[in-house]
Parts: sequence; C-alpha cells; structure tokens
Amino acid sequence: MSNSHSIVRVSGVTKIFKLRKHDVEALRGVDLEIYSGEYLSIMGPSGSGKSTLFNMIGGLDKPSSGKVFIDEVDIAQLDAYELAWLRCRKIGYIFQTFNLIQVMTALENVTLPMIFAGMHNDAAVEKGLELLGVVGLGDRFQHKPFELSGGQQQRVAIARAMANDPAIILADEPTGNLDLTTGEEIIELLKRLSEENSVTVISATHDFKMLSVSDRVVWIRDGRIDKVEEREQLSISVGEIAHRG
Amino acid sequence: MIKSANKRTEISRQVVLPFMKSLEISLKSIRVRFFRSMITTVSFILGVSFLTFVRVGTDTANGLLQTQDPTYRQALMQAGYDLEPGATSTGSSAKERWIVILSLLVCVVGIVNAQLMAVTERFREIGTIKCLGALDSFVLRLFVLEAGMQGLAGAGIGALLGTVAALLNSIIRFGLVAWKHVYWLAVAKSIVFALTVGCVLSLLGVIYPAIVAARMHPVEAMRVEQ
Repeated sequence: MSNSHSIVRVSGVTKIFKLRKHDVEALRGVDLEIYSGEYLSIMGPSGSGKSTLFNMIGGLDKPSSGKVFIDEVDIAQLDAYELAWLRCRKIGYIFQTFNLIQVMTALENVTLPMIFAGMHNDAAVEKGLELLGVVGLGDRFQHKPFELSGGQQQRVAIARAMANDPAIILADEPTGNLDLTTGEEIIELLKRLSEENSVTVISATHDFKMLSVSDRVVWIRDGRIDKVEEREQLSISVGEIAHRG
Repeated sequence: MIKSANKRTEISRQVVLPFMKSLEISLKSIRVRFFRSMITTVSFILGVSFLTFVRVGTDTANGLLQTQDPTYRQALMQAGYDLEPGATSTGSSAKERWIVILSLLVCVVGIVNAQLMAVTERFREIGTIKCLGALDSFVLRLFVLEAGMQGLAGAGIGALLGTVAALLNSIIRFGLVAWKHVYWLAVAKSIVFALTVGCVLSLLGVIYPAIVAARMHPVEAMRVEQ
C-alpha cells in the first residue's frame, strides 16, 4: 500500500450537529488516509459517527473543523458546480435502499450519470449495456426497478455507480436490505470490480461478511477511530467478533 | 492558480443535462404519476374554464349588443347584465371579476400544496440524482417543466370547456341568433388570455416547491426510513 497515493485524506475532522440548544459531537477529530485502489470498510455501531464520517468522505457533508481532501483537493473549497462535477465523475454512490429512479428503466438509470457528464446518448447507451452485462443483467436492461429483485436492483445501482469510471465507490450499507446469499454476491461483485478497474471502494457497514474482502477495516466508536486493522490482522479478530456477537 | 482556473472552465462544460433529455424525464414522471398529475391538472381545468366561461360569455353578450336590436338588449338585461342606456358593449362586473380572481387564487394554493407533496414524496429521487452529479438548476428545470406541461394541458382543456359551455349557455338563453353574432376574434383573444393565465399560474405555483426541491441536500438520498 505504501507506493499507492492517497485518494482520500481526512485530517482533524470534527462535526458538531446543533440540536436545539444542545451540541452533539458526532465526530471528535478523525484522521484517516485512504489509498487508491483499496477496499476499505468503515465499521461501527449506529450512532458512532460512522455515517457522518462516510458522508464527509463522499463530499455530501462539510466538516465543522478539519479538512477532507479528495484527490488532494480540499472539498470545503469547492463551489456547487465543482461539487456536482466531483459527484458525477469522481465518486460513484451505492445506497442501502438502492435508490434507482423508479420511472426509468435499468438502462436509463445507468446512462443518466453519463448524460450528466456530457456523453453522447448513443455512446452512453452502448456503455450502459456493457456495464449491465458486466454486473450480469445484460438481458434485463428494459426492466423498471420494480420489476427487479433487490439483488438485481443493487446490481443496476453498481453499474450506475461505475458509469463514469469513478476513482471512488462509496457504498452505504450495500447489503443492508439483502438476504445472506444475495448480499454475498453483491460483495463479491464489488470486490471483483474494484480489482479489475482499480477503483477504491469505501463502504460503511456492520455486515461482517464485508470483512473477508476488505483490505483494511476502520472501527469507529464515539466519534473517534477506535482502531484500523489490516486484512492480515483481521482473521484473528473475526473470531473475537463472532465470540462477541 | 492558472491550473485551477483551467479546471474550472473544464468543469463548467462537463456537467450538463440537455433540454430534450429533461423534457423526456419530466414526461416520464408525469406518465408514471398520472393520477397525481391528473388531480393537479383538474384544478387548472376548473379554474381556467371558469375564467374562460365568464370572458366568452361577455364576448357573446357584446356580439348581441352590437346588433343594436332592442329585444336582445332587453334579454341581456333580464339575464343580469348591467347595461347603461345606449351602451354598445359591456364588461364583466366587478363581482364576477372578484369571483374569478378568488377561484384562481384557490387554484394556485392547491397547486403549491400538490407540488410540495410531490417534492416530499420524491426526496430520495432528488437526493439520488444530486449524488449522480445533478446541479440545483437541473432539479429546478425538471419541476418547472413538469408543472409547465401540466399547466398547459390544464389550461388548454379548461379554455376549451369554458368556451363551449359559454357558447352553449348563450344559445340556450338567447337562441341560435347569439351564435350568429359571436365576435370570434374576441373569443380567440379570451382563449389566448386564459391559456396565458393558466401557464403563468402553474409556474407561480411551482416556484416555491421547485426551489425547495433544488436546495435539497444529496445526503437525503441516504436516509433509510421512508
């Protein structure tokens, strides 16, 4: 990992939410470096600040103090246009609830980000079909989301996230709404795509199935990084988790 | 510094939503939520057809007055038109105008309500397309286009219904002779006026909801609870 450059750098980030008169500290100073091409999982119980950190990394939220750099660009310095561009070209999002546009077919869902990126319609359709083929839905491109199963919808969402060849894929509990085997398939697919296209995959999860494919796991507790584990260390602690769980 | 300036111009060219594509998306949204769209459109139809009914009614009355025939004048007075002696034209009464304005006002409030509901219903969709790189202006455009189409359809049908109703009404009241003296240019003007009012109202009604939608944060898409 030492020779790959860092794609996301989080330094001294705090986030305070104002709830009426109380200030809630969701993050209390987080430093983290994520390298290009790695598969990183952010683990932590709900309320730990996991989602907040995740949203910061994805440029969806701005820190109260500290800095988040994506590809060495401070996201706090970006205007609305540049943020939109970043979301369109640099980051692919995958959601727990799939979030396909219900009124559009699978293919149209996949081509939409490419249209935003200024790609010509025919080229976008061609690439969209290719991507749907890669995720194993080549023959279902004309189906609407409600005609697809949860796993299939998540596959379309993955194809959509890959549409503009992003450097980062952010997956927020990608297996949260899926059953065990489907979840495993989705994790396998993400891992394969990340290796084939050297995309950085960052996922927030509390699905232990994610651990076996992760290069590193970041554990968040009470708004701080509790520990960061490399894959080699993981096999030992997974036993511990199973014991804990 | 030069490098960042270059990047900026490059960026401004790269996030786009062609007009035809936005039209296509809006049409699809209307088709999928057809029933909801129908309710919004019906409120336009009612408001605009009332407006057209009143205006075209006045137009036919004017047509009759222009014949200078005292029997028609008598019939019009009986029908409730306030005519000054010797007047050759009549406008709608102040009371009528107020009722029309009020009905259109109610119509706009209804539209704002319906569009706000549409926005809350679609927060996830809006958040998602913002995650995919949509600018505030894309979202604004989608909502305005959708409302514009609903407004145009509603105003069109409303104007047609109102005109037909007003013409039938005057035929029933004054006989087929009213049809002969209709001043068609005035009727056409009334229809164009009603169409314009309908479109303006639909845009007026969607501005606030569309701004709410456009300002929505992309992080909304992550929310799990329905």
